[in-house]
Amino acid sequence: MTHHPKQLVVVGGGMVARRLVDALRERDTDGRWAITLLCEEPRAPYDRVALTSYFSGRDPDDLSLGGAEIWDDPLVTIRRGVAATRVDREAREVTCSDGRVLPFDELVLATGSSAAVPPVPGTDLQGCFVYRTIDDVAALRQWVEALRERHDRPLRGAVVGGGLLGLEAAGALQALEVASHVVEFAPRLMPIQVDDGGGEALRRLITGLGVDVRTGTATSRISGERGRVHRMHFADGPALPVDVVVLATGVRPRDELARACGLEIGERGGVVVDDACRTTDPAISAIGEVACIEGRVWGIVAPGYAMAEVTADRLLGGGATFPGADTATKLKLLGVDVASFGDAFGTEPGSLDVVVSDPVAGVYKKLVLSDDARTLRGGILVGDASAYAGLRPMLGRELPGDPVSYLLPEGVGAAPSAELPDDATVCSCNNVSAGTVRGSVTEHACTDLPAVKACTRAGTSCGSCLPLVKRLMTTELERSGVEVSDALCEHLDLSRAQLFDVVRVGQLRSFTEVLERHGRGRGCDICKPVVASVLASLWNEHPLTQGRAGLQDTNDRYLANMQKDGSYSVVPRIPGGEITPEGLIVIGEIARDFGLYTKITGGQRIDLFGARLDQLPDIWRRLVDAGFESGHAYGKSLRTVKSCVGSTWCRYGVQDSVGLAIALEERYRGLRSPHKIKLGVSGCARECAEARGKDVGVIATDHGWNLYVGGNGGFTPRHAQLLAEDLPTDELVRAIDRYLMYYVRTADRLQRTAAWQEDHEGGLDAIRAVVLEDSLGIAADLDAAMAQHVDTYVDEWAAALEDPKTLARFTTFVNAPDAHDDTLAYVAERGQARPATPAERSGPVLVAGTTLEVRS
Amino acid sequence: MSWTTVCDVETIGLDEAVLALVDGEQVAVVRTAGGEVFAVDQRDPYSGAHVMARGIVGTRGDRPCLVSPMYKQVFDLRTGACLDTVGGEERVLPTWPVRVEAGRVLVGSGRNTGATPTSSPEPSSVGA
Ligand code: SRM
Ligand SMILES: Cc1cc2nc3c(=O)[nH]c(=O)nc-3n(C[C@H](O)[C@H](O)[C@H](O)COP(=O)(O)OP(=O)(O)OC[C@H]3O[C@@H](n4cnc5c(N)ncnc54)[C@H](O)[C@@H]3O)c2cc1C
Ligand code: SF4
Ligand code: FES
Repeated sequence: MTHHPKQLVVVGGGMVARRLVDALRERDTDGRWAITLLCEEPRAPYDRVALTSYFSGRDPDDLSLGGAEIWDDPLVTIRRGVAATRVDREAREVTCSDGRVLPFDELVLATGSSAAVPPVPGTDLQGCFVYRTIDDVAALRQWVEALRERHDRPLRGAVVGGGLLGLEAAGALQALEVASHVVEFAPRLMPIQVDDGGGEALRRLITGLGVDVRTGTATSRISGERGRVHRMHFADGPALPVDVVVLATGVRPRDELARACGLEIGERGGVVVDDACRTTDPAISAIGEVACIEGRVWGIVAPGYAMAEVTADRLLGGGATFPGADTATKLKLLGVDVASFGDAFGTEPGSLDVVVSDPVAGVYKKLVLSDDARTLRGGILVGDASAYAGLRPMLGRELPGDPVSYLLPEGVGAAPSAELPDDATVCSCNNVSAGTVRGSVTEHACTDLPAVKACTRAGTSCGSCLPLVKRLMTTELERSGVEVSDALCEHLDLSRAQLFDVVRVGQLRSFTEVLERHGRGRGCDICKPVVASVLASLWNEHPLTQGRAGLQDTNDRYLANMQKDGSYSVVPRIPGGEITPEGLIVIGEIARDFGLYTKITGGQRIDLFGARLDQLPDIWRRLVDAGFESGHAYGKSLRTVKSCVGSTWCRYGVQDSVGLAIALEERYRGLRSPHKIKLGVSGCARECAEARGKDVGVIATDHGWNLYVGGNGGFTPRHAQLLAEDLPTDELVRAIDRYLMYYVRTADRLQRTAAWQEDHEGGLDAIRAVVLEDSLGIAADLDAAMAQHVDTYVDEWAAALEDPKTLARFTTFVNAPDAHDDTLAYVAERGQARPATPAERSGPVLVAGTTLEVRS
Repeated sequence: MSWTTVCDVETIGLDEAVLALVDGEQVAVVRTAGGEVFAVDQRDPYSGAHVMARGIVGTRGDRPCLVSPMYKQVFDLRTGACLDTVGGEERVLPTWPVRVEAGRVLVGSGRNTGATPTSSPEPSSVGA
């Protein structure tokens, strides 16, 4: 280390300044520079991009960037709450707000921007806020909390500006339970990032969150009452009563220091710098939002980070220059996916648009391509931006395959990660290439996402590249033999959730169609039952018609459960476990007449075992005639709703648990799902129905019902978790409807609700937001899907009995219609039949306990 | 070799199977989506249950396969070899000679119990 390091003064403790300090300290191993960082804000640099998360109860400390150890470095001095007030270029000194004067060898201006306040009367009233710093959002929150104390009506808020920041602010107001309105001057939301089609889709999504949207509207003035905001007035239309206003109409570079000392300023503000970030004074640089580079100012963090890296390099004698940046942006608002990148408006000559618009699904997607439809120039994704991470690195490159495939739900058919060249930038916030991410797996032995993030820094800022980083990691892990793929099988690369979406959006009706459009080959025992299940969930058609019988797994194929000897069991539905004496007698008679072994199941009903395939229709006929129907013991679908006796008889019961159990069982019977679904209803907190061991458990309270979800018995038992309390019956049913439908749509193959819930991004809280607050704007869709299921339910046994083609499947031999399977052999035990063991089959004593043929 | 006429080939759905009685034995007759017809034992060599015709027909790579509905072992229809033993020992699903003539499926007498390609029957193509 040299004894007299040169003095570097950095003005502005923002995100970009922090990156500069990190980069310089990492590389300046000889200690050539001593850094002083002046922060006007009373804290060390923090993650402004994540500012909104401050509302979700996060501590300001959670917004810190990187480790705090850097401030203990003897070569780094941070002055919190100290602003630079004057730069003396002659003397090479900076004057600070605390009176100190600091000499410098190099000065870096990283003063960022301030929020622009629109020239509208009334913005100085109390209750008007900008949205830029921790102090801004803290003041906003305090204001809302204080108002809430005073009023017991819902609070009303308005956001001026419908761009990225305005929408984020509106989301923040909603999170504070303030009903919000967004007022945008332009004719659509996010006018800089999306086109009219995208704007329209976005409006629907935002409105779906309960935010009122007014576009093409000029705010003329804000009026007050006793110094506080009261009403917003518009060029036309009635005034809007408001309790709080957020101004989000843009930012202005904080170039005041530079102006005062005579540095060149850009036409629209910002300190003009060359491609090495030097201002017109070679000892002074400007980086981040305050810099005007290549003729423009950047309002996003990635170009700022690039400038910090360039400057660190130059300070150490390197010759790096600004690599350019892209305007790619992604809206960070839970449940509203918007991304825009590259030449999104197709302004380059000879651009070609590929547009997919699905107003029902709330999706608008556009790719801008070169005139030969090959090279990706830009794009707009609204409603589903899952393709964004994969597409952005392909900017300026040839897209392999059909461009449309990139616009199908969740990157269907597109596997750009496989072809992504090593030098393509994957994480633009941190300038991490695909090669680096791959290297973290192959050379640094990272095996999960947190490890890859820590190792490469990819995904540690805005997070929008994470899906792609994950895909790259997964591919690399697979290459080294670790199984992580969520592709179904060799015929379909989709996960079950993706499959569900393509079938739904594409209105596909058959296995062949699905495979032709989205897969390859002819299918197998993995993809066939999954596709059959998805088709059944969506279109609720009989599993054995429309050529679907051959797709069904063992039990679904004959609407019964195959037993160890190839015979079947039959389980009629007994909703809620309630059965009349007559019903019991009929089941008893049928069992006796067909010689079936009977057992009370763990699901509160009766199982009849040992039926031959050809006997099934005859058994069903008897059951159906007596008023029974299929219990779907064979299906990945609703099994049972277990109940306790409840208030009907029990001296502790507070609600009619049997009545509710029957209603629920009749509502969800036949609903095809990724795995089986079980419900339970208990009439009081003593929980005799063991409802918390079920996928959906309902427990009566004095005021209504508590709803628990994600319970499981089986291999890994789990208790269901509380989703909502004291619901009236109609709200309870609606919540279960949505929970189940959401599960049906998004879970993996053979994933029970417990595992699904655990894997779901954001966990139970996110699921609760979808179910109770409609955070994804899909609640109406889920409700409609469930209503359709309920309306179209038919008993599968009765339907099979009506259809001769289906019945023909139950004939034993194609060339000997009257012959029976003579390989089944039974012995009597405890008064009933059971399959003979191999020894019993070959031995001399074989006891015929039933009316079934016994092999001799 | 004597041949038993089993059914019209059209009776068997694509990628489906039917069960036939041949010389008193249970034989599963499979027709693939590619139009090939195969015959194998109805008895699943793993569970011992007579269920093979109730399994799913599909492919592994370019091999036509039948999957046992009981414990899901995967058999190559051309040879009867087990491609996925689900962790168990290797067992062979015996195959039967089969041909299609004038739209009818005929199964020959006598099963092949070896799994070597030489003893396997030639699949009969009926033109998809
Ligand atoms: C009949 C019954 C046992 C009994 O005699 O009581 C039973 C029988 C079977 N269970 Fe079960 N389970 C039965 C209640 C249960 C319960 C208890 C309950 O529902 O309250 C559980 C634990 C609760 C749960 O599911 O979370 C249970 C957890 C399982 C599991 C493990 C699931 C898991 O998530 O780990 C399987 C395996 C599977 O589904 O993959 C299974 C699988 C099976 C299968 C389907 C195995 C098979 O593939 O053949 C059995 C079908 C027999 C048949 O032919 O009917 N059975 N099974 C019960 C039927 C209930 C009904 O009326 O429908
Ligand atoms: C709510 C919100 C969400 C955002 N989301 C995204 C996003 O998703 N993606 C994205 O890329 N960008 C986003 N941005 C923009 C991003 O935060 C900025 O691009 C980034 O912070 C710019 O960094 P900077 O260091 O140049 O400026 P800033 O982070 O603004 O830091 C400048 C600092 O300098 C201080 N300062 C100014 N003058 C002086 C002085 N004279 N003396 C001392 N200190 C001074 C200021 O107080 C400030 O703390 C978002 C911004 C906000 C407000
Ligand atoms: S516990 Fe096992 S053996 Fe018993 S019924 Fe369930 S799956 Fe069958
Ligand atoms: S692109 Fe923002 S964190 Fe990677």
